[in-house]
Amino acid sequence: MIATLSNRNKNRLPIVLEHASGDKRFKILEVHIKKHQFKQDALIEVLHKAQELFGYLEDDLLLFIAYRLKLPTSRVYGVATFYHFFTLKPKGKHTCVVCMGTACYVKGADKLLAAVEKKARIKAGETTPDGELSLLTARCIGACGIAPAVVYDGTVTPRQTPELALEHVKGWTGHGH
Amino acid sequence: MDIDDLVEIAEKERASRKKHVIRCCLAAGCMSSDSKGVKEALEKAVQEAGLDDQVEVRGVGCMKLCCQGPLVQVDTHEPGATVQVSAEGQGPLYLKVTPETAPSLVGTLKGGKTKVQRGDPKHPFFTEQLSIVLANSGIVDPERIESYIALDGYQALHDVLREMTPKEVVDTMIKSGLRGRGGAGYPTGLKWATVAKTASPQKYVICNADEGDPGAFMDRSVLESDPHSVLEGMAIAAYAVGATQGFVYVRAEYPLAISRLQAAIKQAKQRGLLGAGIFESPFNFNIDLRIGAGAFVCGEETALMASVEGKRGTPRPRPPFPAESGLWTYPTLINNVETFANVAPIIRKGTDWFTSIGTEKSKGTKVFALAGKITNTGLIEVPMGTPLRKIVETMGGGAPDGGKIKAVQTGGPSGGCIPTHALDTPVDYDSLIQLGSIMGSGGMIVMDESTQMVDVARFFMDFCMDESCGKCIPCRAGTVQMHGLLTKILARKATARDLQKLEELCDMVRNTSLCGLGQTAPNPVLSTLRFFRNEYTDLLKEDTHGGPNGNGKATKPAPAPAT
Repeated sequence: MIATLSNRNKNRLPIVLEHASGDKRFKILEVHIKKHQFKQDALIEVLHKAQELFGYLEDDLLLFIAYRLKLPTSRVYGVATFYHFFTLKPKGKHTCVVCMGTACYVKGADKLLAAVEKKARIKAGETTPDGELSLLTARCIGACGIAPAVVYDGTVTPRQTPELALEHVKGWTGHGH
Repeated sequence: MDIDDLVEIAEKERASRKKHVIRCCLAAGCMSSDSKGVKEALEKAVQEAGLDDQVEVRGVGCMKLCCQGPLVQVDTHEPGATVQVSAEGQGPLYLKVTPETAPSLVGTLKGGKTKVQRGDPKHPFFTEQLSIVLANSGIVDPERIESYIALDGYQALHDVLREMTPKEVVDTMIKSGLRGRGGAGYPTGLKWATVAKTASPQKYVICNADEGDPGAFMDRSVLESDPHSVLEGMAIAAYAVGATQGFVYVRAEYPLAISRLQAAIKQAKQRGLLGAGIFESPFNFNIDLRIGAGAFVCGEETALMASVEGKRGTPRPRPPFPAESGLWTYPTLINNVETFANVAPIIRKGTDWFTSIGTEKSKGTKVFALAGKITNTGLIEVPMGTPLRKIVETMGGGAPDGGKIKAVQTGGPSGGCIPTHALDTPVDYDSLIQLGSIMGSGGMIVMDESTQMVDVARFFMDFCMDESCGKCIPCRAGTVQMHGLLTKILARKATARDLQKLEELCDMVRNTSLCGLGQTAPNPVLSTLRFFRNEYTDLLKEDTHGGPNGNGKATKPAPAPAT
């Protein structure tokens, strides 16, 4: 993918910039970059903001950021792929994040995850083909006191069981099949 | 801002205290059980009962007993009495409060009754704790700087800036015997002294809040409950070592901690407690936040610095240590959240007081996150040297539903499993290392008989394999191989030779990896092998003389050896 990115780099950039000029989200991102005084060390902060605005980091977005921060695209791409938090693929409409921290694990988070995987017919880290549900795992969300915890659409929910989890994602998987 | 202003804010805050204070836990654990709704319901009920002038509903940080959340405590003070705020926490404690049941708690103030389950503040879980780092947690309002100042907040910073030289501050830290709470236990004073000694036009202070160990949530709780204590500690450190810029590196997984830190930094700047000319001295200090992006290796200090610089978080060889060449090659002081939170109390109460707590080589207290198969999960702070048994059985209440505790895991993926027969070990840096585990940042996961140790070892190896940054080969390739061998053992396809290979690999990865991640990755395997070896051997199959699978014939698993 690095190769694709750099090959397209030269002729792609003007198109990206033109597209960006008409998109409000790019404007907001630019303000954010300016706030950081175009500092190259603010790359991670800028990527955070970009993901917040766009939902995921597509190639054009990375090119735009590289251009604005005067960084090589390889560096931006390298950082974006290094950190788990950044995603280069669009996420589903709903997200279900199963915490797989030690406390949750010894309390059965693995069984919970398996149940949801089976129901949604996807593996952890994937999105259902209809784009409804992204099933993710977290390393530890620090909610060990209420393990096992699952984050449904950004809301941390305590003391989950496979049954409760299936109930929660019912409307999000394959139209209730 | 000078001392008079500080005293005035504190006096004003104390004077505005109402007769009843209803404290509602707003830390992440309780928030997930809708404690925000509880607080709103309480506020509404107070208003409806016309008790506005008598009752304060205060959102506070972690009240420690996370498994019973949302927690609410109601304190009542005699009007006009000059109660120290630290005397709070004596009133009735209510468990599992819901927005529906919350109004009845307000009713109790007018002689009403409530059906909400009462907790026992006299339970050993609370009484055996000794709070230094968490002293304000659950009492102070983390979103208001005045609340912290009323509890003598920023007093220590003032005393340091106006009455002590940087060298005296460093000497105080050395004398206190405080050791780094991030896990390795390096003497904090020595680290400060090294940075202070270097001559450089620019120095940095970094607070490591990249709490990556699964099963650890102490730093999150400290940041959510009492962010100013960390900021004050950082400012004192900056004065001692001569830094003017600080960074807090927080995990992106802790949105609440991030927003409270942001608010705290903003308020401290507005009050002139951060920025230029603090307390009308020539000392300038600014703090910026840096948000992590989900990489466990960034808890390692050189990787963390790379990440602060906006690069991939990969470690580099040490020396040079960050104290000599750190962020952008300038001398940098890196300490953990809990370490910084210890600083202001040490300055305020003196080294004699601090050294009287703990053991000979480990002074002070340690915060642990108690979780897993245990009745009382939550946050505890105990003096160093407290026996594990006391923590797990007396305070934690043992395994729930009559289960039997099998092991206690400390130190996360870098630590190990401590079996029940070693539970009388006092918890300090050195005794845990002797047991093949480490203190780590303070996660403590209790496992019962239903937990299979080989599975636990594989769980941690899976973690390390995934989180290895890939820079050095022993860690990148070694963790994959060890994970493969553990999987093979669990599938009952491994032989004694595989086990031997696993042990050799552990040794190799431990001794040749670049950073702490790889060097400690074999620990969970080694410690479970040491104490639960039979669980491994039970899963082995007989060694076929013709080499593994050489003849293509499947062999039956070996019968369990009689023990």
